[in-house]
Amino acid sequence: MASLGSLDLRQRLVTSLVTPEIEALVASIPKPLGSFGYDPWGYNEDTFKLGLGVARLLYDKYFRVTAHGLENIPADGRVLLVGNHSGQLPMDGVLVGVAAATNPHGPRLARAMIERFFPTVPWLGNFLNALGGVIGDPVNCAKMLDMDEAIIVFPEGVRGSGKLYRKRYQLQRFGNGFMHLAMTHHAPIVPVGIVGCEETMPAIVNLAPIAKLLGLPYLPIVPSLLPLPARVYLNFGKPMHFPPAASEADVTEQVETVKTELRRLIQVGLDERTSLY
Amino acid sequence: MASRTPAAAKKTVLVTGAAGSLAKRVIARLHGRYHVIAVDFRRKVETDAGIPSYLVELHKRGFEDIFASHRIDAVIHIGRIFAHEKTRQQRYNANVLGCKRLLELCRKYKVGQVMIHSTYFVYGASAYNPALIDEDAPLKASEVTQDLVDSVELESLANIYLWKHPELNITILRPCNVLGPGVRNSMSILLSRKVAPVLLGFSPLMQFLHVDDMTDAMVVAFEANKPGIYNVAPDDYVPYQEAVRQCGARRLPVLSVPPSLPKLVSSMLNWNAFFPPYLINYFKYPVILDGQLFRDTFGWRPRRNLNDIFTYYRKQKLVAD
Repeated sequence: MASLGSLDLRQRLVTSLVTPEIEALVASIPKPLGSFGYDPWGYNEDTFKLGLGVARLLYDKYFRVTAHGLENIPADGRVLLVGNHSGQLPMDGVLVGVAAATNPHGPRLARAMIERFFPTVPWLGNFLNALGGVIGDPVNCAKMLDMDEAIIVFPEGVRGSGKLYRKRYQLQRFGNGFMHLAMTHHAPIVPVGIVGCEETMPAIVNLAPIAKLLGLPYLPIVPSLLPLPARVYLNFGKPMHFPPAASEADVTEQVETVKTELRRLIQVGLDERTSLY
Repeated sequence: MASRTPAAAKKTVLVTGAAGSLAKRVIARLHGRYHVIAVDFRRKVETDAGIPSYLVELHKRGFEDIFASHRIDAVIHIGRIFAHEKTRQQRYNANVLGCKRLLELCRKYKVGQVMIHSTYFVYGASAYNPALIDEDAPLKASEVTQDLVDSVELESLANIYLWKHPELNITILRPCNVLGPGVRNSMSILLSRKVAPVLLGFSPLMQFLHVDDMTDAMVVAFEANKPGIYNVAPDDYVPYQEAVRQCGARRLPVLSVPPSLPKLVSSMLNWNAFFPPYLINYFKYPVILDGQLFRDTFGWRPRRNLNDIFTYYRKQKLVAD
C-alpha cells in the first residue's frame, strides 16, 4: 500500500538520522520539559534529535569541522557562547550548536537567537522553535539564563553575517546587549572563534536597495546558492567572567576585551587551516 | 460544608458572574465559611439555601441596592460578557463601565477586598512576544484587535484603583485558557467540537488550566489576600494542534496566508463563538505566561495535568456518539 510504503520510508529516514548515539546524547542533555515534551519556547526533543541528525552529517562530512577547547563549555549552568558571525546563512550557529550538543565533555542544548520575522513564516517558525531557536528578545535571554540554559550569541548580528568577502575575519560593530545580560545574570561568556564560514558563501556585492524592497536584511551576489563545503575550525576560549560595570563606557570596554579574545581565537583558526575547501 | 464559625463573624462575599461554571465552583467552595451573595446579568441563578441570588446588570442602578441591603466585605468579580455574546458597545458598557461602577460602589460601601478575574488575552498575541510573559509586560491586545479593547481597559481601570485605593485590596488574576466541564469560553467550545479549525503552518504553544484548579487558585488567593497582579498558569505547554488531536477533534486546516484570509473565513462561516476573527492571532502566535509569582506567593500548584483536561473533551465526544 502506498501509504504504508511512505510511512515505512519516513520511519527508515528517521532511524537512519537519529542514531542510537544521538538518542543517547540528547537523553543526557539536562533539560526540563513539560508533559508533551515541550519547553516554554517550543523546543521539542524529537524534532531536535532529527535536526541534530542532519546537522551532524553536515558537521562531520560536509564542513569537516575541527573543534578545539570544547572543555571550556561548562557541562551545566548558564553560559553565553559568543562568536563571530559570517557566511550570509547562519551555518556558523548550526555548527556551534552541533559542537555543543555532541561535546564529549558534557553535551549541551545551545539555543540560537533567530530573526524576528521567522515566527511569521508558516511551518518554519514552529520548526525553528522546536529545534531550540528563540527570537532574540532580551526578555527571552534573561529568562533562559535564569533557567541555566546555554545561548549562542552573535553580537554583530546581520552586520557580521551580511558582510562582503573582502571584509572577511574583520569583526564588525558589536552590540552591548550580550554584556549586559552576562553581567546582570552572572553568566560566563565562552568566546568562540569561527573560521571557514566566511568561505561557505563569499559575497561579492550586496544588493542593498533590492533587499530593502523585499524586506530582507541583505541580498548578496554569491557564486553558489548552497553553502560551499569549506573546512570549518571552531576554537572555544576559556570562560570569561565580568563584574557589573559602572557605566556604559565600561561595558563597551568589557565588550572590547571579548573582541580582542575573539580576534586571537580567529587567528588560531586561520593559522591551523591548511586548505580552504 | 459544616462550619463552626459563628454566623456573626462570617464575612459576606459578593460573587459576580454566578451563572458561569467557574463562579459556581467558587461559590460552592466559599459557601459555609462565608455569607455568599450570587449576582449575574444573564439570569437569576438557582443557588443553595442561604445564598441570596440576584439578576442585575452591573452598570444599572439596581446594583447599588445589593450593597445597601447587605454589609459586603469582599467582592469576587468573575462576570464578564464574552466577545461573542453582544456588540462591542454593549460589551464595553457592561465590562468596563460595569467594573468602574463596581469599584466605585466598593469604595462607597467600604468593601475591604476585591478580586478581579481578567484574562491572558490582554497581553496580545504577536510574533514578537517573548515566552514566559511577566505581569509587568505591556498589554498589547488592543494593538491586535478592537474587540479586546474592553478587556484591556477593564484591566487598566482595575490597575488605577489598585494603586489609588489600596484600602480596596485589589487582586487581579490573569489566567491562561481555563477548560473543563461546564466551561463556555471560546477555547472550551472549540475543543468540544468534532472539527476544530487550525491555521496551516501555525501551532502555537498554549497553557491550559482545569476549571477546578482555577477555582482552587481563586480561593487560596482570596483567603490569603495579597493584593497585586498575578498570572495564573501551569509550567506545562502544548502546541494548539496537538491539543486539538488530544481532545479527539479532527483538524480543519485554514490557509494562513495572507493574514486577513483566516479572519475572512471565520467571519463568513460565523465561527464567532469558538474561532472568532479577533482571536485568530492567538492561534498563530503563542502567549505563554510566567505563572511563577502566583505559584510562589500562594503555594498553589495545579493538581490536574494536561492529560486530565484533554480526557474530559475526548470522553465528551465519545458520549455524544
